Amino acid sequence: MITTDILIIGAGPTGLFTVFEAGLLKLRCHLIDALPQPGGQCSEIYPKKPIYDIPAYPEILAGDLTGKLMEQIKQFEPGFTLGERAETIEKQEDETFIVTTNKGTKHQAKVVAIAGGLGSFEPRKPPIPNIVNFEDKGVEYMIREPEMYRNKKVVISGGGDSALDWSIFLTDIAAEVTLIHRRNEFRGALDSVEKVQELKDAGKIKMITPAEVKGIIGKDKVEGVSVVQNGGEEFTIETDHFIPLFGLSPKLGPIANWGLEIEKNAIKVDNALDYQTNIPGIYAIGDVNTYPGKLKLILCGFHEATLMCQSAFQRIFPDKKYVMKYTTVGGVDGFDGTRKEAPKAVVKKID
Amino acid sequence: MNPDITIKVTDREGTLHEILAPTDMAMNLMEVVRSYELAPEGTIGICGGMAMCASCQCYVKSDHELPEMGIDEDMMLAEAFHVQDNSRLGCQIAITPELDGLEIELAPES
Repeated sequence: MITTDILIIGAGPTGLFTVFEAGLLKLRCHLIDALPQPGGQCSEIYPKKPIYDIPAYPEILAGDLTGKLMEQIKQFEPGFTLGERAETIEKQEDETFIVTTNKGTKHQAKVVAIAGGLGSFEPRKPPIPNIVNFEDKGVEYMIREPEMYRNKKVVISGGGDSALDWSIFLTDIAAEVTLIHRRNEFRGALDSVEKVQELKDAGKIKMITPAEVKGIIGKDKVEGVSVVQNGGEEFTIETDHFIPLFGLSPKLGPIANWGLEIEKNAIKVDNALDYQTNIPGIYAIGDVNTYPGKLKLILCGFHEATLMCQSAFQRIFPDKKYVMKYTTVGGVDGFDGTRKEAPKAVVKKID
Repeated sequence: MNPDITIKVTDREGTLHEILAPTDMAMNLMEVVRSYELAPEGTIGICGGMAMCASCQCYVKSDHELPEMGIDEDMMLAEAFHVQDNSRLGCQIAITPELDGLEIELAPES
């Protein structure tokens, strides 16, 4: 069991900044995110795109913003459960919450802050009618254990970086790698495209373009896929695995079943006070929440996180006196023993 | 001069909406659809309009001359689902006076 003061669901910019504001109040945080890396959309969808409305940054790349936030919160030693999706929440008799992920990891906290953005990123499933029947029976939407493809025949479809990179990677493991894409062109890093070209020329990757997988063939598991190339006749390719890699899209997911008031795919919160949901002790901040006048902006998420932490502090320490202190005045005391503070004024007599 | 144009949008349930879209607000088609809430929040314009998610894919049903497809849009549509010859990403189509009378249908959510 992982225990912490504030359990943050979602490691995007809002979730990350929460760690800083909580740390100033001596509250520890742990973050859960379905993605394998922190940063949320900023890392997953548009790391190389600039953002122009972060105060004091005339321009910053989304990926760099994530990096800066990680640097800013480092001394507060946040814990991370990455690559796992928060699945269930149970309120305990002592008013704490236990959140369990899809992989069974349990987290206990006095306060839960949902900073889940548009939801957890799930693989986009191609609209092939019988595909769900073959999930985990030869159809995988992401590659978790490359070893399971050893000496197997694999068909990958998709035209982005992950389709290219996994095709390259699996040539060393699988018996046969076929890459299918609707276009002849691929959208990926230049060296990945060149490497695939090389492997294709060497006969190590079979390419079928422009083509599309239309159906899956097999009894209890995948035995082949049917493919249409360039509008021609449908034909079959024998394969043990079919791996569609069409990117990720966010879905609110299990959070929608936590008994929270939901409106327009977002969680309703009390914006007059502290961004608390209808369940005391559960807050929602950033793009995941909604209230009159809501704007889905990173800078609004930062503000919401800051107010939320004040309320969380009062909930955790109802009898403790506290007034907000400027970091310039109080400095920043990390849980790792570091201290940042404004340099003292120099007083020296001039003779 | 009235800066608004009329657009006909068939939503994902098949309902036709005739809406007014401003040409002077630097809006794109995806944003106009969102402003009228013709698709639930969180199911359209997920990436915010960067041609990086295809959640605003639509089928263009009238023969208006549209802005040429950029490389980002083209490659995104190459990976999207339910793509037809008349598919476009709404976020890449700016609302201009020339688009008066445009008819589109929202592609299914995926």
